[in-house]
Amino acid sequence: MTPDQARTMLETTLREVVPDADLSTLAPGADLRDTFELDSLDFVELVDRLSTRAGFRIEEDDADGMRSLDAAIDFLVAHTSA
Amino acid sequence: MPSLGADMDEGTLLEWLIRPGDAVHRGDIIAVVDTAKSAVEVECFADGVVEALVVDPGQVVPVGAVLARLTESAPSASSAGPTEAASVKATPPRQQSSEPQPPERPSEQLRVPVLPATTPVAPSPLVRRRAHELGIDLTTVRGSGEGGVVTRHDLEDLAHRAVSRPRVSPLARRLAEAAGVDLASVSGTGGGGAIRADDIRRATTTGTPKTAPVDDRVPERHTTPGHAAAERTAAERTTAERAADQRAADMRNSIAALMSQSKREIPHYYLSTTVDLQRISEWMRARNRELPVAERMVPSAALLWATARAAREVPALNGHWIDGEFRPAQDVDLGLILSLRSGGLLAPVLKAADNLDISQVMALMRDLTRRARTGRLRGSELSQPSISVSNLGDQGVESVLGVIYPPQVALVGFGAVTPRPWAVDGLLGIRPLVTVTLAADHRATDAATGARLLKAIDRILQTPEEP
Repeated sequence: MTPDQARTMLETTLREVVPDADLSTLAPGADLRDTFELDSLDFVELVDRLSTRAGFRIEEDDADGMRSLDAAIDFLVAHTSA
Repeated sequence: MPSLGADMDEGTLLEWLIRPGDAVHRGDIIAVVDTAKSAVEVECFADGVVEALVVDPGQVVPVGAVLARLTESAPSASSAGPTEAASVKATPPRQQSSEPQPPERPSEQLRVPVLPATTPVAPSPLVRRRAHELGIDLTTVRGSGEGGVVTRHDLEDLAHRAVSRPRVSPLARRLAEAAGVDLASVSGTGGGGAIRADDIRRATTTGTPKTAPVDDRVPERHTTPGHAAAERTAAERTTAERAADQRAADMRNSIAALMSQSKREIPHYYLSTTVDLQRISEWMRARNRELPVAERMVPSAALLWATARAAREVPALNGHWIDGEFRPAQDVDLGLILSLRSGGLLAPVLKAADNLDISQVMALMRDLTRRARTGRLRGSELSQPSISVSNLGDQGVESVLGVIYPPQVALVGFGAVTPRPWAVDGLLGIRPLVTVTLAADHRATDAATGARLLKAIDRILQTPEEP
């Protein structure tokens, strides 16, 4: 998966949880949970949907590392190219 | 009219989900009632057959008033005249004309799930019941039946296509709460009918009726010409606004009254301690590796679970102060105080929470939180807790010193779980810590008793149950 593909996947999935989520103006290091006001239940849902779409199970430790846009994209790229 | 909260003394019947002749069972959802805080589904407390619906939709009645009469066996052949009239109003015939009813009870326009304004022909009771079972708000369903009526097929189709709750963006949710807009009344324009912030803004704006989503459906909904329909929609919107303002004001007033009473009557004492969540976090992580991602547990579940267990160990804090004496409760009915970011609160209850394991607490918490925010809670879920928890972890504060909900005598508060330095076996480590607080009624207990509760919560969190 390329970084662009990962970004698109993240944005698509995020919009299922936060319908008006817009990643284009988001700073790369911004905290996704703070920015989109996701509580812990929302975040579990986001990770669940991302797991389904990406086709592999995202473990909790990895999910905790996906706090920012860049971190999430890096994780998806790294995991799918391994 | 059941009491759906300590501060409730009257309620508005919004809708009947039954009609005379229907067989009902204990626990069935039979009506929707509006309280100062929210619309609530009322469950039947007995088995029987509906003989008569005594109260009409829209009527305000005091707590304790008779809503409907049940018979234990088959329905009697003769029902009284006024009763018939009531039942007709409550469940309009399926093939009625699509002429809109006059907005005679404007304050309901926002909240009642089945409105002539939204569904041209009332869905059948069967469909409405099924919609309730599936948690589907009928105002959001576009009917495929004759005259646009929602059919059972529409519901099954919708349920099949997935959405267990209306998709609402957190920003939209916050705006809706701030404006007092009932999300069930908003049609989303996002993908899959998701409600976006713009939808809320439109719902709260009086102008630009042409862009409001509700207007798109006017030609389908009304047989009246477009002009009259547009006028009617404008009237609806101002009515909706007023109702929203009223709802927000009602909730504020009811919180004000209850909290004033608490601070006036209850001599609070406060205790606080810091708990190391390393062990329970590791335990949850191990469990989470085996659970489907969607069922993954979050720390709040462990905190609620431990509080319920601890309250069972310290019964002096689990109960109510009534008529100058403490009355212990049988079970630990744990109140979960949900902060609706606008400042409003709802406190659904986890019944007999001391008998649940962590994953059961997690499932209940997830369900109650979602329904409190986007759907409806049931009457039994708003009954009086025996002790309450205020969890402000997601709000990012370190601790909360709560105000007790009378007639309860204790409130446990949790702040955010954060990694902080902590001495372990003579060494400094970084551990996930949480500040746990207790606000307790000094009339009922002394600080030594309160201390036992906090110590018990700590101990229980250090010894998570084995899988």
